[in-house]
Parts: sequence; C-alpha cells; structure tokens
Amino acid sequence: MSQTNAAITVQAQHWQAVCSRTDLIAQSGVVVWFDGRQVALFYLPGHATPLFAVDNRDPKSGANVIGRGLVGELKGELVVAAPLYKQHFCLRDGRCLEDPQQALQVWPVRISGEQIELGRC
Amino acid sequence: MNGFTSIEARQQLIIVGNGMVGHHCIEQLIERGALGRFQVRVFGEERQRAYDRVHLSEYFSGSDAETLALGEAGLYAGHGIHLHLGEPVLEIDRERCEVVTRAGRYPYDQLVLATGSYPFVPPIEGSHGAARLVYRTLDDLDAIRAAASSARRGVVVGGGLLGLEAANALKSLGLEAHVVEFAPRLMPVQLDAEGGAALRAQIEALGVGVHLSRATQAIVAGEDYRYRMNFDGGEFLETDLIVFSAGIRPQDALGRSSGLEIAPRGGVVIDSACRSSDPRIFAIGECASWNGSVFGLVAPGYSMARNVAAALAGEDAGNFTGADMSTKLKLLGVDVGSIGDAHGATPGARSYRFIDEAASAYRRLVVDASGKQVIGAVLVGDNSYYDTLLQYVQNGIALPADPAGLILPQSAGAPALGIDALPASATLCSCHNVSKGAVCAAIDNGCGDLGELKQQTKACTGCGGCAALLKQVFEHELIARGVSVDKSLCEHFAYTRQELYALVRVEGILSFDEMLARHGRGHVGCDICKPTIGSILASCWNQPIMDPSLVPLQDTNDTFMANMQKNGTYSVVPRIPGGEITPEKLIVIGEVAKKYDLYTKITGGQRIDLFGAQLHELPEIWAELIAAGFETGHAYGKSTRTVKSCVGSTWCRYGVQDSVQMALTLEDRYKGLRSPHKLKFAVSGCTRECAEAQSKDIGVIATEKGWNLYICGNGGMRPRHAELFATDLDDASLIRIIDRVLMFYIRTADKLQRTSVWRESLEGGLDYLKQVILDDSLGLGAELEAQMQLVVDRYECEWANALKDPDKLKRFRTFVNDQRPDPGVHFVRERGQRRPIGAGELHLIPTTEEVL
Repeated sequence: MSQTNAAITVQAQHWQAVCSRTDLIAQSGVVVWFDGRQVALFYLPGHATPLFAVDNRDPKSGANVIGRGLVGELKGELVVAAPLYKQHFCLRDGRCLEDPQQALQVWPVRISGEQIELGRC
Repeated sequence: MNGFTSIEARQQLIIVGNGMVGHHCIEQLIERGALGRFQVRVFGEERQRAYDRVHLSEYFSGSDAETLALGEAGLYAGHGIHLHLGEPVLEIDRERCEVVTRAGRYPYDQLVLATGSYPFVPPIEGSHGAARLVYRTLDDLDAIRAAASSARRGVVVGGGLLGLEAANALKSLGLEAHVVEFAPRLMPVQLDAEGGAALRAQIEALGVGVHLSRATQAIVAGEDYRYRMNFDGGEFLETDLIVFSAGIRPQDALGRSSGLEIAPRGGVVIDSACRSSDPRIFAIGECASWNGSVFGLVAPGYSMARNVAAALAGEDAGNFTGADMSTKLKLLGVDVGSIGDAHGATPGARSYRFIDEAASAYRRLVVDASGKQVIGAVLVGDNSYYDTLLQYVQNGIALPADPAGLILPQSAGAPALGIDALPASATLCSCHNVSKGAVCAAIDNGCGDLGELKQQTKACTGCGGCAALLKQVFEHELIARGVSVDKSLCEHFAYTRQELYALVRVEGILSFDEMLARHGRGHVGCDICKPTIGSILASCWNQPIMDPSLVPLQDTNDTFMANMQKNGTYSVVPRIPGGEITPEKLIVIGEVAKKYDLYTKITGGQRIDLFGAQLHELPEIWAELIAAGFETGHAYGKSTRTVKSCVGSTWCRYGVQDSVQMALTLEDRYKGLRSPHKLKFAVSGCTRECAEAQSKDIGVIATEKGWNLYICGNGGMRPRHAELFATDLDDASLIRIIDRVLMFYIRTADKLQRTSVWRESLEGGLDYLKQVILDDSLGLGAELEAQMQLVVDRYECEWANALKDPDKLKRFRTFVNDQRPDPGVHFVRERGQRRPIGAGELHLIPTTEEVL
C-alpha cells in the first residue's frame, strides 16, 4: 500500500520534463498530467527542499484536489492540508498525520534549468 | 507489509457478515495485532462494504453509500484481509471446517458469525411489491426510493424505533407519512403510556399520521391511492406504499442448517465468551442469543466484537455480561430517551413524572424501593437530562435530597451533577466503552488536546453523543491539574486572534511574512494561522486577496474565489444585492449556466448558486458575468454575504420604509468586508418581518419613524434570535452604528467566531456592548468608523481585478501542462440538471469523452 513512500529517496532512473518553472506558484501548488496520473507540485522557494511532487487525489474524498490545498509546517514537517476535510499530508513522504491508513504517492522531482522534471523509479 | 510470521503459519479466520458489528470486530483485530496470527476472509451478502446502519435515513437527506461507509475503502486490502462482497455463505460444513459459497469452499480454523438480523414481515394477505417494503439495507432504501417516485402517501407498519426512522425517511422523500402500530402506544419497548402520548403529539404536529392499536388484516387495491389496508374492526387506510418495520429476527439460518444450538426465540446461543455450541464458531451482534436475549442495538454488538477480537488476539478477554439497553435518539427531530427500567417494573419502584402538555414534553424518573437510587428514566422532548440521569443509573450515585429536581425544567434550579461526582469507573463513551478513568489516565500521560484525547481513547468517535460530556471532563480535569488551557492560535503563534489583530493594527503590519518574522515561529506557518492572519490583514487594510503575497494565505475557496464542492468542482455565486435583479441579468445567469451546464439553485440569501464549474472554467464564467455587470458575491469568503430584503413600501401594502433601497445601501457598503466569520444581513420593510432579519448578524426592521437595529442573530446549527440594539434610527445613524458594531466585532472576536457566539462570550453582555457602541464609553467610536471607511473606500471586485492580470489567471488551470478537464469528475443527470455522481453509482458512469 505505501511502498512508494520512500520513493523520494530512491534514485530515479528516468526523468521527464512536465512543465516549466514559470508554471509553478510560490508557496503553493499546481497540478500536472503525468502519464495518466495527476501529480501536485508544491513550490517553496528559499526552503532547503524547494519542490515536492505528490498525488493529486485526496483518498478521503476521492476528489482530485490536493494540489489546491494550503501548505504549512507542523512540528517541523512541511505539510499540505487537504481542502475538503483538512487532513494533513507530509510533502516529503505522503504520510497522513491524522490517519495512517491514508497516504499519498510521492514522486522524485527536480528543477533542471527552466524545466521541472518528474522521475520514475 | 509482511512483518508477520510467514503466511503459512497463520490460521484461517473467517468472518461471515460485513455489517457494523462484523466491521468493528475486524477493526479490533487489526488494532490488537491479531493479523499476525490469522489470515482473515470476510464474506458479505450485500454489495456494499460495511456501512452505518444507525444513520440509514441520512441516505435520503444527502448522504450517499460512500459517506455512510465505515472505515477507509482500502483498510481491509491494506491489511491483507480478503473481502468477498456480494458473496453470501450458503453453508457451513462443520465436519470439514469449511464454508461454502457459490464461488467455492474456504477452510477455517476459527469462524465468527456476524450475520445480523432481518426485518420481520407479518404474513398479511395481499402484501407484496410496493406493499411489502422493508427498511434495513441500502438496497431496501433504493427500493423504497423507487416506489416513492410515483407515490403521494406512504405507511410504515411498526411504531418502534426503526419504524419511526423509516417514517422520517418517507417524509424526507416528500411523502405524506403515516405510522401504524399494533400496540396502544409508540415505542412500546422504550416508553410508558405518557411518554408514548407525548411522542405521538409531537410527531403528529410534524404532519405524520399516527394510528395506534391497529392490526392489518389484508391489503387490497385502493380507490384514491394504490393500496388499501383493512384493519381489524372495519377501519381502513389507503396508501401508495407500505414499509414493514415490525421488529427484527436474528439471521441465524446458517447456525440452524449447520446444527448449532439455537435459542427458543431465535439466535445462535452463545456463552459469555461469545462462543456457540461449536467451540470453533463465535457469534456476535444481532444473530446471537445470550441468556435468552437478542440485543438489537449496536453497542452490545460492539462489546461482543471486542471480546471476540481480544480472545482471538490471545489477550485476556473479558466476559460479555449483558448490555445496557438505554438509548438516546432523535426521531423525526424529536428527542427520545429511555434508561434502565423505564417502565418501573422493578418491585417497589416509584416514579417522579413531569408532564408539559403545552410543549408535549414528558420526563419520568424511576427510583428503587429505598428511594435512594435511580433505576430508570423516560425522556420525550428534551434529552439534555439524559447524560446526568444515565450516570446516576450506571454508577449508583446517591439521589439528591429532592430527586424531582433531576427532571424539572432546568430554570427551576436543577441540581447539576458535578463532574467530580462521577467515579473513575463511569462510562463516558458507551460506543467504545471508555471510562472516566481511562480519560484521566490519558490526561495524566500528557495528553493536553481534546482532539488527541479522542484519538487516543477513541472516546466520542462512535455516535458522538458524549462530545459535550467528554469536553466537560477534559476541561475539568485540566483545571484540576492546574493546567492553564492554552489559547495559542497554533504552534506558530502564541497569541489569540484578538492579540494578533492588535499587533497588525498597532504595528501596521502588511504581510504574513512580516508577522511571522516579528511575532511567530518558523518560516512557513500552517493552515490555521495563514488564513486567520490573511483575514486580519484584509479586515484592516483590504488589499486584493489575489496579490502574490496574500494568495498563499487563503484557504482554497478564497484562493480560487469560488466554493469547492465534494467532487472538487466549484460553485459560483454572483452578487445580487438585496435580492433585486433585472430580467436581463437573470437571463445572463441562465445563459451562463446553460453554456457551462451548471446546476442552478436559489440560495437562502436571495441569490443564485451555480454548481459544477471546473477550475479552468472559472475565469471564462466570470468574464461573462462581469461583462453583464455582475460582481463577485464573496460566497467563498469569511466576509459579508448577503443583505436579504422584502419589497417594502414600494410594493407592499403594509410596508412603512423602502427596505430594498436600504438593503442595497448596506450591501454596497459592506460588500467585501472580511471578518472572523461570515456576515449575513437582512432588512424588513415592516414589523411583519418577512426578511427574517432577527435571524441575522445584522437585522434591520422598518418602523414608522425609521429603523430598529437588531444584532448578533444566527440561523444554522445553533439558532439565536438577534437582540434589539437601537430603535427608530435615521439612515445615517443606522449606518454609523453598524460600522461600529462590525468593526468592534472584527477587532475583538476569536477566529471563526460568529457574532452570536461573540456576543454571548462578551463580558458584560449586551449592556456593555451598548455602552461601547452607543455611549462610546471607550472613546473608540470615531476610530471604528474611520477603519470601516478605509475598507469601504478600498473595495474592488476581486474577480474583476484578477481578470485584468494574466499572471493571476495562471492559477486557474486544472493541469498546467495539459488542456483536458479533470477526468475524475463525473456527473449524472437528475431532474433535468447534472449533479456529481455518488460513490455507489459508479457503474452508471458514461464513457468519458477525453478532450485533448
């Protein structure tokens, strides 16, 4: 169920450009279409890790809304609050703080020049 | 995932039945780590996974199968549990220790029967089709809904708890509902004669027909309706459909066919360890009979499920020792409570009774022969007495000197049961069997947060009925431990909203980053402090919320200036000031709705809500609305919503002032004002009050001489009448006073606190508020007015502002790298419009057309 949680630390084998840096919105999220999946990209310029990629689908509501959630920091972890029911997911590993049964898939992501690239592993 | 012992070493556990009790057993097995010992298979006869049968009637009032479902969809699979839905077990082969379904045979080492019960339908001639419906499963409800679509009237046979729930369901389907009961009173098990009479009076007042002491002999074709029910004695009642709710019977067929011992009145016989006559087979919930009794409530079933799960997990399982059948319900909106020996059947029992025929309220307190202990109670009309009475019964607390005080109206000075009086063994949450002692232990171990306490102890996570009691105990225990209750906004700001407001204003702080750097912790903030400070900044300085530094602060509805709905699409509400609209503008709204296929509904605030827009459609929709002269309605913001009005003196023969003009003036002045919570206004043109101003935050009612101002009313969850604040005001004074009241509220209220709650928590009450606002006792009047004027002067339609700026519109893209709409959004058509598809209807999905 949550084997992908560690993906961020795994070295991606292939990188694919998904959008440009100007598509991102600082301190907030946007969504890209990535091979049939919806991936939310959160951009926190100035932060140690400035970019995170997580699944856009909210497991609680079943709606594709995570990319529209509010970014915050709880107990030192960067999180996004799901917009409908406000549960929090760690941007780093997709873990849900309120309910261990819920988790978001995460993807390796990097800024390469002006392009944003998502990785497959 | 497989940190368990190897799969082969695990025993096979089969659970037959995936209802509430079966599901609870699985949750308990997971929680107790029993999955290391067992490979678990679950068989359910129904298509749906376990759902909340207690709240079944909500299926007709907005809930769908998915909202009623228990546990997350992936819970079983995530723990390696095989769930076989729609696959009934046909036979238990006890010799080979296998269960048989139409798909095959499955071996078991241990088996749990949790097959529940089925509705009893008395054999009545002519009872079939729509004259033989039952009320038990979601499929039953679908059948009722289908039958109701062409019906005007519906009858429920059975006036017990479930029967009244079913009547409520018929009512919410828009039918004229009737209840036919064999006994001479409603809820004969739980209520006495007077309680039944009070309940009947209340239910009849709601428009539900009640027919008592009626036995149905036959059902024949009707004249005015589809069927006619002929009763004993020659009377009859006609109806279009009949739902039977005349009791339940244990679903013990598998037990019978496999030769388990069955109780004389039905149910698989179990011992105190919930074992049947076959030691490998347990039975729990309504299919089981303990000591000759079948328990038709969920709490005893949960208690059996816990015992069995504990035993299977190898823990020291407690014995099942029967169950408290006390119940607290809201039936058709009427409070009904029944505790212990409600009928006073114990020898020597004596009762105190309170009867209020005017309000049809009834309360009975049953005490034992010694007069020292409460042994039962009946409540109809007001369940606020329930918690205290239950504690008296369950914990054997000694009666006060004047026992009648426990059921007398509370203004008469009822002796309240202090939290201190509860022993540690007192059960606070009966769904999850959490005692006061367990709650105190959690607090002793450092739990200082109510939410965390609920998570840790599970208290209040079942039916939620103990919420108020739990909060009281929690706060009482914290204070008893000398802990001051932490009022910090969140982990980033050790200030209340009021303190933050003062800091923003006094120091002239313009951005969240500046606020965080000067007074907060960390570099990011969270979803509590960001919107709160965003709102304070807007209340103080009113800069466009779409400015880059302010955007990340807003909650999603403010960010996209629309209201997110359950499927991730948005609703759009253009401002219709005072509810007045020209035919031309009405046509534009209709055309826009038609073009984008939006579901259209009139709101309570005299506006039109357009549902189902996807993110990327919002700018196009707003461009069309703004071109036609509309502005944003701020339906998404904690801000001024609407000013509702009646037509007033221009049209109405009773009107004494032009209420529409005043509504337009007020809405134009306060539109866009951001505040701790939403603000609703209304203006009525005369004392008949057609605009319902006394239920609004700001209510204005015309008089011969001017306007009366009412403040701090509320509808919604906790209605509160607005209070008369000032009388016979001229236009200018009215606006000056509203300016001051609103700004004082914005300055001093807590986050997300409506004016009604703010007013109630204001020390000094209404008199103090009058001194501050009308007598200017704090010398703040001019300042409050000037602050309001600044906000008014800076008003700009946020949507018009955003449409002018391509950079701000960049956010309104469903995908930043693809033109397609969200393929996860599906609609079905209902009553000529589209609506989101329910989780139970996924099979209805039409093939999606992908727009590339």
